[in-house]
Amino acid sequence: MDKGLTSAIAANRFGLGARPGELATIGGAGPDGLRAQLEGPAPQITGDGLQSSASILAQVYDLRRTIRAARMRRVRGDDEGGASAAAIGAFRKLPQLIRPIYLAEAGARLRQSVSTDRPFVERLVHFWSNHFAVSIDKGVLAALAGSYEREAIRPYVLGNFNDMLLATERHPAMVLYLDNQMSMGPDSRAARNIARRRPGTRPGINENLARETMELHTVGVDGGYTQADVTAFSRVLTGWSIAGPERWRASAQPGTFLFRAAMHQPGSQVVMGKRYPDGGYDQGVAVLRDLAARPATARFIATKLARHFIADDPPAPAVDRLAAAFSASGGDLPTVYRALIDSPEAWEQPVAKYKSPSDFIVSSFRGLELPLRTDTGKPLAPIGLFQLLGQRIWCPGSPAGWPDRSADWDGASELLKRIEWADAVAQRVGPRRDARELAPQMLGGALTAATRTAIAHAETAAQAVALLLASPDFMRR
Amino acid sequence: MKRREFLTSGALAAGSVWLSGLTFAGMANGRKPRLVFIILRGALDGLEAVPACGDPAYAGLRGELQIGRPGTDGGALALDGTFGLHPALAFMHQSYAARELIVFHAVASPYRDRSHFDGQNVLETGYAVPHAVETGWLNRALAAIPAGKAPEKERGISLAATAPLVMRGPAAVTSWSPSRLAPLDDDTLQRISDLYSRDPVLGKKLAEALAAEAIADQDTASQDPTMGGGPRPLLAKRGQPRARYAEVVQAAARFLRQEDGPQVAVFDTVGWDSHFNEGGAKGQIATRLATLDAALSALAAGLGPVWNDTAVLLATEFGRTVAENGTRGTDHGTATAAYLLGGAVNGGRVVADWPGLSPRQLYQDRDLRPTLDLRSVMKGLLAEHLQVPERALESSVFPDSRAARPLTGLLRA
Repeated sequence: MDKGLTSAIAANRFGLGARPGELATIGGAGPDGLRAQLEGPAPQITGDGLQSSASILAQVYDLRRTIRAARMRRVRGDDEGGASAAAIGAFRKLPQLIRPIYLAEAGARLRQSVSTDRPFVERLVHFWSNHFAVSIDKGVLAALAGSYEREAIRPYVLGNFNDMLLATERHPAMVLYLDNQMSMGPDSRAARNIARRRPGTRPGINENLARETMELHTVGVDGGYTQADVTAFSRVLTGWSIAGPERWRASAQPGTFLFRAAMHQPGSQVVMGKRYPDGGYDQGVAVLRDLAARPATARFIATKLARHFIADDPPAPAVDRLAAAFSASGGDLPTVYRALIDSPEAWEQPVAKYKSPSDFIVSSFRGLELPLRTDTGKPLAPIGLFQLLGQRIWCPGSPAGWPDRSADWDGASELLKRIEWADAVAQRVGPRRDARELAPQMLGGALTAATRTAIAHAETAAQAVALLLASPDFMRR
Repeated sequence: MKRREFLTSGALAAGSVWLSGLTFAGMANGRKPRLVFIILRGALDGLEAVPACGDPAYAGLRGELQIGRPGTDGGALALDGTFGLHPALAFMHQSYAARELIVFHAVASPYRDRSHFDGQNVLETGYAVPHAVETGWLNRALAAIPAGKAPEKERGISLAATAPLVMRGPAAVTSWSPSRLAPLDDDTLQRISDLYSRDPVLGKKLAEALAAEAIADQDTASQDPTMGGGPRPLLAKRGQPRARYAEVVQAAARFLRQEDGPQVAVFDTVGWDSHFNEGGAKGQIATRLATLDAALSALAAGLGPVWNDTAVLLATEFGRTVAENGTRGTDHGTATAAYLLGGAVNGGRVVADWPGLSPRQLYQDRDLRPTLDLRSVMKGLLAEHLQVPERALESSVFPDSRAARPLTGLLRA
């Protein structure tokens, strides 16, 4: 295999885009370098202003209590102290709380993406975060998406799939996103109490979390489950909730996962042909463990990984190999990653995948060593840039996450926006960069003669940088 | 052909008119000189902007690029018996008539290879070889001017997001750029289109995007007086040539007009790399020259009375082949033309030691032969206009340029 091509694929397809010098180091080692990146614990993000999900939710609770109190005063007509205005003011405080948290989290993620020396691992974080997607366009998720990724994805990305599955499904962000916090068994104590207090109400299950866990997180839509399985699994998951601001209760810190036994549907449930005796919380853990172990899950995950790292329509032998590695290792993710690295198909086409906007932005920042300004609000600031180019961070808009085929991203208007941004960046930094030197450092063996020639013939250094970023070679990975 | 005489007969009149206590350099007669340097990136075809209509070899060489003799339809605007200006350069021609424009021809920087990047690097660093330093000659010239008693302010401004190399260095300079993104340059877009032409997906997508934009812009186009209301070609509408430098020029004028503002401004123009379909009296080069001419006119108008204290230098990294190439354009060459205009300029002349265009007179059998070092123009301008000390010109501003004697008499007495 051509060494220049190998290092380019290692750095650009498996990684997040070569930084100058990287093809000679991380990428230059090719498959061995990628295996080395899997050694040691996954890098965690810590930093100023990054808070735990629990801490964020506690602040949300406090704010909601203020809003509720103000509203109550207004309802009572107790408006002497400007209660109306206070209610409105308090209501407006929610976005003021959420926005800085989102910006800090997205900025930290971007900084990590741009600076990491283990870009393969970082790409895997993004892959899994998208596999277990939450979206910031719902409720308070904008405040939780970042901490969710740090708490439920990152720690497990080099671990076992079972652990990541459990960590995500019970994370407050996912519980809220897929509406499980109030799902209760119709025969649970809580449901019976409510029905007694408010005759006519019939509290019950919400299927969302159970369905998406099967459809999107484990066995896949063709994974062999029926509506009855979804309903049964929903009952299993009743009680998987979040500790509220119930400060008198010592059972769980506000804003953390809480299994509410009183909401849990009593009795055994049959999910996909297997009977699970009632074990409270453990009933759900058991179903998740079995879902993760199903061959359909291995195949579903293998297909998604192969699509992300090899081709839009991944070759069957590669999918088979990854699925076998997943099953044989009991979901040990580094084993699956190594099978991916060992797949010859991953090393064949130099630029088989069209970059997502996120890939395009991150690889531009890495390749040109662009300075990061995360104090957004300005249109060119990097966080806003993701939105401008069509992939707002943590905002796929659906639990299915962002799509992962070229056709999902290569729209005409989006392409023009990339080019315009490339040109704007080139105007700003181009005069200080030499694209003739950068191109081989960023693209290695994937640099085509056409792109090399276009860069060499550019009339200014800035135009050369624009051509480099806009080139077909750089648009793909 | 009669060879023109250099104006360097006398040694540099080293008499820097230093009036103690003045803040600004060269404040002779109590006036503050202003200097604008416009970088023409991409290698402007000097024989297209300033055709040598009177050279007997000219007519046969240029094919479709040829500009007719003055007085003919679409012909050159007369300068003297040998040279004319491209018909799109109406304001420059007016300036010439007003004795406010000097055209230097067969001029080149010391760089003799044909890389844009390296050529621009030499044009901006002022060194004889590319990539010698990370600072520019104009900044070092500002640094060499003794400080006045008043608190030091930035003497230079770049009308760009990032200061071009010529303006970088030890002297404090500032910069300004429009807050919104400038439209993508047509030439850059054309090159990207070319790069995509072999791509199965991207070429089609880009064409679709441009077509969609053209439709979306139809309404605004018909209301845009500069566009004449008619349908615009796909690429031309993006750059909006005439308005292109308007914002930059207005800003430059605004800054330079201030009595306590910067006295030196720099900005870039791009798109001069005319390898393909260059055009002649009409066509791509004509459009770009008209844009440049309009920008200069706007600059003069914007400066108002300050125009009389202003000298504008326009220079490009190198010239282009004398003969038309195989795609109705010209390839990278060597000598070209440079331009100095403004109310402070002692103009109305062409300064050229004309080498001629016949085959054996060409440089490496293809390019206009350089007979004037661009640094002679720059040194003369800095010495006379900004009163940069000769000592500094020879040591820190243009090292190893002693052979390139400063031209004298460039500015009005």
